[in-house]
Amino acid sequence: MSGEQGRTIPFMLNDRPVVARVAVYETVVEVLQREFGLFGARESCGQGLCGCCTVVVNGTAVSGCLYLAVLVDGAEVVTIEGLATGGSLHPIQQAFVEKNGFQCGFCTPGFILMTKELLAHCPHPTTDEIRHYLSGNLCRCASYLDIVEAVKMAAEAGGSTDRG
Amino acid sequence: MTKLETQELDRDSRAPYREVGRSVPRLEGAAKVTGSAEYIHNLRVPGMLHGKICRSSVAHGRIVGIDSSAALAIEGVHAVITIDEVLTLVANPYYGPAFHDQPILAHGKVRHVGEPVAVVLAADPHVAEEASNLVEIAYEPIEAVFDEVAAARPGAPVIHDVLKPAGMFTDLKYLQGRSGTNVALDARVRRGDVVRGFAESDRIFEHTFRSGKVMHAAFEPIVSVAEMNGHDELTIHSATQSPSFVRSEISRLLGWPENRVRVRTAFLGGGFGAKLYIKLEALVAVCALIVRKPVRIALTMDEQFYTITKHGATVRIKTGVKNDGRMIARQVETFWNGGAYADIGPRVTQKSGFTAAGPYDIEHVALDNFAVYTNEPPAGALRGFGISQVSWAYERQADIIARTLGIDPLDFRRRNILREGRPHVTGTRISNLEIPGVLDLLSDRMEWDRPFDRGTGTIRRGRGLALGLKACISPTTSVAIVHVYGDGSCAVHCGTVDMGQGSDTVMAQVAGEVLGIRAESVQVLHPDTSSTPYDMGTLGSRSTFHMGHAVRMAALSVRAQLLEIAGRAFGVDPTDLACCDAAVVCGDGRRLTLRELMLERFAMQAGNVVGVGSYAPSYEKANPETGQSPDITPFWMLGGAGAEIAVDMETGRINVTKLVNVADVGRAINPSIVERQLIGAAIMQAGFTLFEEMILIDGQVLNASLADYKIPGFLDLPEDLSAAYVEIPHENGPFGAKGVGETGVFSPAPAIANALYDAIGVVVTDLPLTPERVLRAIRKAEGRPMEDD
Repeated sequence: MSGEQGRTIPFMLNDRPVVARVAVYETVVEVLQREFGLFGARESCGQGLCGCCTVVVNGTAVSGCLYLAVLVDGAEVVTIEGLATGGSLHPIQQAFVEKNGFQCGFCTPGFILMTKELLAHCPHPTTDEIRHYLSGNLCRCASYLDIVEAVKMAAEAGGSTDRG
Repeated sequence: MTKLETQELDRDSRAPYREVGRSVPRLEGAAKVTGSAEYIHNLRVPGMLHGKICRSSVAHGRIVGIDSSAALAIEGVHAVITIDEVLTLVANPYYGPAFHDQPILAHGKVRHVGEPVAVVLAADPHVAEEASNLVEIAYEPIEAVFDEVAAARPGAPVIHDVLKPAGMFTDLKYLQGRSGTNVALDARVRRGDVVRGFAESDRIFEHTFRSGKVMHAAFEPIVSVAEMNGHDELTIHSATQSPSFVRSEISRLLGWPENRVRVRTAFLGGGFGAKLYIKLEALVAVCALIVRKPVRIALTMDEQFYTITKHGATVRIKTGVKNDGRMIARQVETFWNGGAYADIGPRVTQKSGFTAAGPYDIEHVALDNFAVYTNEPPAGALRGFGISQVSWAYERQADIIARTLGIDPLDFRRRNILREGRPHVTGTRISNLEIPGVLDLLSDRMEWDRPFDRGTGTIRRGRGLALGLKACISPTTSVAIVHVYGDGSCAVHCGTVDMGQGSDTVMAQVAGEVLGIRAESVQVLHPDTSSTPYDMGTLGSRSTFHMGHAVRMAALSVRAQLLEIAGRAFGVDPTDLACCDAAVVCGDGRRLTLRELMLERFAMQAGNVVGVGSYAPSYEKANPETGQSPDITPFWMLGGAGAEIAVDMETGRINVTKLVNVADVGRAINPSIVERQLIGAAIMQAGFTLFEEMILIDGQVLNASLADYKIPGFLDLPEDLSAAYVEIPHENGPFGAKGVGETGVFSPAPAIANALYDAIGVVVTDLPLTPERVLRAIRKAEGRPMEDD
């Protein structure tokens, strides 16, 4: 990238301070992959419609394939890699495993991060609330029924509260 | 393998099973929920270049010039590759599984919009993309043809000068050298005398049904990376469903032995047939060899619409019935829109074409199936391999016949279905197939005997059901290796690709069952042609049956060796021993764990016990004139669906209020995974039924993105969605199992349309059932058609 197109930005990534050199046209997903080797957020449709690229910026889930990296300057960024602590899964992740809330797994990090946001707003959602809140995430394998079960299980397990 | 041999292997299997039949959670669960599962999408290789494809903007034309100078002037562009560079490496640059018809890059002419013409290589993907827009390609347009029926007529513009069957499938060899036609394959089935059958019929029904083009939309877009190893070896990392095929095809193109080409894959972010056979692999391979650097090409979602689709199809179906509802004659002509390159289309045509009479016992049948080249993007396999296009016709017509004769649709089917032991139209007997059982289960789940309120006024209700029959593709081979390591842990090496269908877990269950260990403790290695043995491909619902057999036989070999070691240690005959709880146990209570057995054998923590299994079912090629064969498939698959819908008479919008998807699965090795396959297939097929459709005008896809091509999300789910299955072990399946990946897509579309027909008596012949299409049909039926109809 040429000088006028590049910027150096500090931000918090999964609770750690980091610095990245980014081009003004680069997206968050590109920078997470290139600079930090994080591949849990991934581009699929490239239009912010499928949710595979979901990352959380300052507490809000965004489409990382559209969200420009320069916009996370000074922000707090959480990715799927930031959920499990030590060797143990977050309760939402545990629920997705136990309820088989995935098949190919490509969309799964996005669903889990949206579920985290849902449970933060609404700790005990109904089926309808789950379906509506997660309707911006798509699953081509169509594990939708199992995802609803996983979200309910996570809610019962207190998935809205962050641990540690 | 014969039935007898299979039973022989089974002789000391203990029932009830411990691993088979258990809903083992997927082995890779933690990796997938933490985002750490490996996909080829994630792979970055040091020094790698990114390739961006420059694609044709015309549907059919001669290339009169390619000017790369502006692209090469961009800082950071490493090279622009065209067919001229490819030809320095590969003299005959045409590939494909059925026909060698697809050039690695356009060679003199283009045959569809979006065809790869050149590739720009750069270290920065943004640079490659920017420069790709600057490659100037000049065309001299040629008349194009898009409709499959028009393209099959004499006099249509010819897309390929001469047919070039690949030779892998011996039953396509007769097409060698045929020229002047777009019909890539004509496959026929003849039984009885269809002319006499129609003459003896009381009523004759004739319809034409169409299925539009749809596409896979796997969420991990197609991606391949190629790199040199040393001076003259090549590794291709690819999101592929068929690593063994890729290796042979790259070897053939380069003229290299297979042992210099390594093809490996990882988890796939969905496949559904899009990643079968060969897609980007030849292109990345030649790019890497030309520039002597690693090259990655990753498609965008949009590019996938121009790479591979499901076949659009036109099906003409004529059926003669007696007044008592028995079908006695059926003639079907199917035309498959294969697009510009054959891919596996001719096999789709042939294998689904021969099932076009449905799961019915009909005395006089004539089937003619045509794979047709057009100037649209190539069509190939999509979950079901053409079955849903033919079931759309025969199951829609079934309800029209039943209603006309005043027979209940369920009863009509009961009168006509193929019973156990009866010959299918191909001559192969129906065996191990529960057609009546599936109908009974459907009837039960739909509460078919209960009165049904169809409503009046704006919202009307209806219910319908449908069946679909498939013959698992044959002949194919699977080979597997099972290892026990020095510490007693176990690994399966097999070429089956886990693309979300759960094959890793199922193979671990099969090995675990034989060896008496928990599936959770078995490691399943991902396909790598340098270390996993041959497999035909992860396709056509064949893996559980074929690879399941191979893994089972490999594990049986390992078990025999372990029992031998233990027998010597205990001083007893191995036949008195059994594998159980990760140990070999003796009748008198003595036991040795697998770890202890390995110590016993190698005197330290060392060595391997290795078993190999290989499976290829028997098969007899069909007679090309009659389509007759006594052994056309290793197993029959049957799906059934029932639907209840509400339709808005003012908007034409269908709301699916209930959808039940039923299958004959032989034995469910993992019941939870089986159920999820059926539910997932139901939702995918509901999308194809109600709204998914590629809109093409002059070969240009108008909706090549998920913004304009909608796939089912949470708000599109049927209100009441469920799956059920009939479980009668197949006598020749591994532990009685059959495949199930595709079974769930055979029937939802006609079931939903039959429910619409039940609600309002309107016949819609074309998929998908968009509100516009339904409303037009309603208005036509009411005698007040839309102005432009």
